[in-house]
Amino acid sequence: MDGAAVTQTSEHAHLVAEAAVVRFAGDSGDGMQLTGGRFTLATALAGNDLATFPDFPAEIRAPIGTTFGVSAFQINFGGRKIKTVGDQLDVLVAMNPAALKVNLDDLKAGGLIIADNGTFNDKNLRKAGYEENPLENGSLANFKLLSVDMSKMTLEAVKEFGVTNKEGLRTKNMWALGLIYWMYDRERAETIAWLQQKFAKREDIASANVAALNAGHAFGETIEQQSEIRPVHVPPAPIDAGLYRAVTGTQAVAWGLTAGAMLANQRMVFCSYPITPASALLHTLAELRHYNVETFQAEDEIAAVCAALGASYAGSIGVTSSSGPGVALKTEALGLGISTELPLVVVNSQRGGPSTGLPTKTEQSDLFQSVWGRNGDAPLCVLATRSPSDCFETAVEAVRIAIKFMTPVILLTDGFLANASEPWQIPDLTKMEPFPTQFATDPEGFEPFSRNPDTLARPWAKPGTPGLEHRIGGIEKQDGSGHISYDPQNHHKMTMLRAEKIQRIAGDVPEQAVDLGTTTGKLAVVGWGSTYGPISRAVTVARAEGLDVSHIHLRHIWPLPRNLKDLLSGYEQILVPEMNTGQLVKLLRAEYLLPAEGLNKISGQPFKVAELDAAIRARLS
Amino acid sequence: MTNQTVPEKLQPKDFASDQEVRWCPGCGDYAILKAVHKTLAEIGATVEGTVFVSGIGCAARFPYYMSTYGFHTIHGRAAAVATGVKLANPDLDIWVVGGDGDSLSIGGNHLMHALRRNIDMNYLLFNNEIYGLTKGQYSPTSRIGTKSPSTPTGSIDTPVNAAAFALGCGARFVARSGDIMQAHLVQTLTKAHGHKGMSFVEIMQNCIVYNDNVFGHFMEKKVQKDAQILLEHGQPLRFGADGQKGLVLDPKTLSLKVATVGEDATEDDILVHDETNAVLAGLLARMEPPHFPVAMGVLYNNPAAQTYDQEMKTQMAAATSESQGKLEDLLTRGHTWTVS
Repeated sequence: MDGAAVTQTSEHAHLVAEAAVVRFAGDSGDGMQLTGGRFTLATALAGNDLATFPDFPAEIRAPIGTTFGVSAFQINFGGRKIKTVGDQLDVLVAMNPAALKVNLDDLKAGGLIIADNGTFNDKNLRKAGYEENPLENGSLANFKLLSVDMSKMTLEAVKEFGVTNKEGLRTKNMWALGLIYWMYDRERAETIAWLQQKFAKREDIASANVAALNAGHAFGETIEQQSEIRPVHVPPAPIDAGLYRAVTGTQAVAWGLTAGAMLANQRMVFCSYPITPASALLHTLAELRHYNVETFQAEDEIAAVCAALGASYAGSIGVTSSSGPGVALKTEALGLGISTELPLVVVNSQRGGPSTGLPTKTEQSDLFQSVWGRNGDAPLCVLATRSPSDCFETAVEAVRIAIKFMTPVILLTDGFLANASEPWQIPDLTKMEPFPTQFATDPEGFEPFSRNPDTLARPWAKPGTPGLEHRIGGIEKQDGSGHISYDPQNHHKMTMLRAEKIQRIAGDVPEQAVDLGTTTGKLAVVGWGSTYGPISRAVTVARAEGLDVSHIHLRHIWPLPRNLKDLLSGYEQILVPEMNTGQLVKLLRAEYLLPAEGLNKISGQPFKVAELDAAIRARLS
Repeated sequence: MTNQTVPEKLQPKDFASDQEVRWCPGCGDYAILKAVHKTLAEIGATVEGTVFVSGIGCAARFPYYMSTYGFHTIHGRAAAVATGVKLANPDLDIWVVGGDGDSLSIGGNHLMHALRRNIDMNYLLFNNEIYGLTKGQYSPTSRIGTKSPSTPTGSIDTPVNAAAFALGCGARFVARSGDIMQAHLVQTLTKAHGHKGMSFVEIMQNCIVYNDNVFGHFMEKKVQKDAQILLEHGQPLRFGADGQKGLVLDPKTLSLKVATVGEDATEDDILVHDETNAVLAGLLARMEPPHFPVAMGVLYNNPAAQTYDQEMKTQMAAATSESQGKLEDLLTRGHTWTVS
């Protein structure tokens, strides 16, 4: 399965693994996110493909040593394409008892625990809920255990730099990182340079961190002689040549929106209200003023969408973002955007629902809310992004469609995508087609609700333009003139026009392609959003074994791709895995009358590859 | 020097749209519409540079009757939409129109935040102390005991004082006028427009169908002089048919008192109106009949150094002029690596 290392002994007594999954876990103050970040970069530089996911505690400042204060960072890396963060851990670094307690269930049988036994004292054991020390009572017999007093060894390594005890202990994460660098044969030079730059004003701290990193590495070399623990070689992956960076879904959405606005020759006015896990988008964009991005923190979700719509009315591209409950509040204003036919992008970082639900956990249960969740016949465009790097392109597309079709567009991402990170080949921007906005300027025969014959979009006439003064609103409008109209025939016509306009978007985007496999066959696994990684990996594995299964992954949720019905009709079975009770599957069945079948997981956790693998096999045996 | 043709100033009628006005015959909104047309002509507004934004309610139909740009939005959200319009284009002259329900019930939050942010626009609150469009339920400004379809035995909640609310939100311009005070209304709207920042004008408006003559006790001609005090910056706060009554400050209770010159006060005792005095504005806003006259005119006018939209414009200009970002730089910022 994804991340499961197929290990063997090479002639140099090194183990070789196709892929490996490592999780760093410790207290919130142990610097696990930072440690994971450095390991990620060193791993990317070593030529592996990878995927990462941080798991922060929901509490702002949890008490030290508690299970709910554990912060973790997981990385899956390998010599092949890596599409998930890994089902099970090969290595768990546990900086305290609570970190061991919370994460042990994810460690595979025979996996390695590296524990700082210096923290396994009575107080910490009690806080973690252990009655006796698990490092000493034989309860970890199913795993390999490297129990080492990291705290003590770190303090010894840094004592020559004159730092305080507290400062010294804070470099413990670098000691652990050094040990993992030894284990996976990573270069330390980049991390050392980074530490020296980061602590340029505190040379003693910089030196202590470097010393801790080197000491952890050196410790690895000594245990190689004395224990069964061996370094593991993960060969480089075949990766396309190009310039890369690591990117989270949030960053990629922010940059994609910014790129979209630039390609449209527009200022973006981004109006939002803080909510987990969408807030990071506001933070990221707030730093991009010099890219002509104006950000506004509104007083509430409703004000945020209304201000964004006001900005669009005034001739900028208005964007708002939120998560499920916040999007619920924006619903009425979305109807206004649909009725007045103004461009608008709404980013929904989905989380567990209903109501407040699971704010820090991922889910994809807002598909119905996006496609149908408004009063009246109120169609809009819904796009879903599937991976951190895919977020960029999808966000550009959201801006393009919103402007070209004068419509609100909902861009669905989720809590997993928002925080997950993967290497991203930086796109060649010169190859991206600009789509400069065409504002109406000619008063001759101007009507605010006349329509482009191809797209059915109405003209965008911005206030300030002489001769185009007009009034719009949420009341039904006369086709063409836009005057208030209660005429029954006109309402029927306008309702159909609004629906037809959204359907025409399907003619403006590519046909649905098959991501993996064949265009007909026994089984199609159809997904959307962040299930991409696990589905893709499961289908890859199954196909390698000769199973007749294909993977189709939708970006265009509404309107559905124009060829989708024909495409799906070519498979004997259709399986739709979703992190909800079956929303896309109902949409497909309703639209196409096809016997699609759901596979549902609503635990706040992404699908494991093993779960999908089992579901595929069950249908092909 | 070049000869420039000064564009011909628009007339009040030029601000009227071709749409048939559909308020009830005798509605106070007609007079307000007329005053707004007149005001726009007087201040030399352009139709293309002016935007009317409204929410839902009788008053909110206003934009349809203007020849300017207009956006009739959703209930309570006009201030929020207008904020976005102003953020996107600070050069537009924005007027928001809302009733008492739209502005103070469902939209109270947005009004509060627009006022405290001090976004440069004009907010006209048509107060008729009743819900008109939904057929006569009591509103947040209705007095206690108001009988309506939803309160057949009389309302029991304390009404909000619109001007005091605005001052409490940090408004820098707060004024009052009335539908039947045509000249005063035009003058007040003109001052509101001249204020740099958000101006808030409460307009007493008669709902002839559901709340007729609710302001009669201070708006009717025969009582006006005794029941209203017309505020003038720098002038003594005097009122009454013969102008002998005035407002004095009781220093012991820090409250206003009505006094009569020659009886219980001298001319020097009468307070002088100072538009920039927030404390006085608060006292004036809270005066209610029958013990006090209703303060009409500009209660408070104290422009802040900056408005939100100007501050944002300045920040945006600084950020974009310094180094107009190139997308390539954004994407390659931080750590990158090359795979060859």
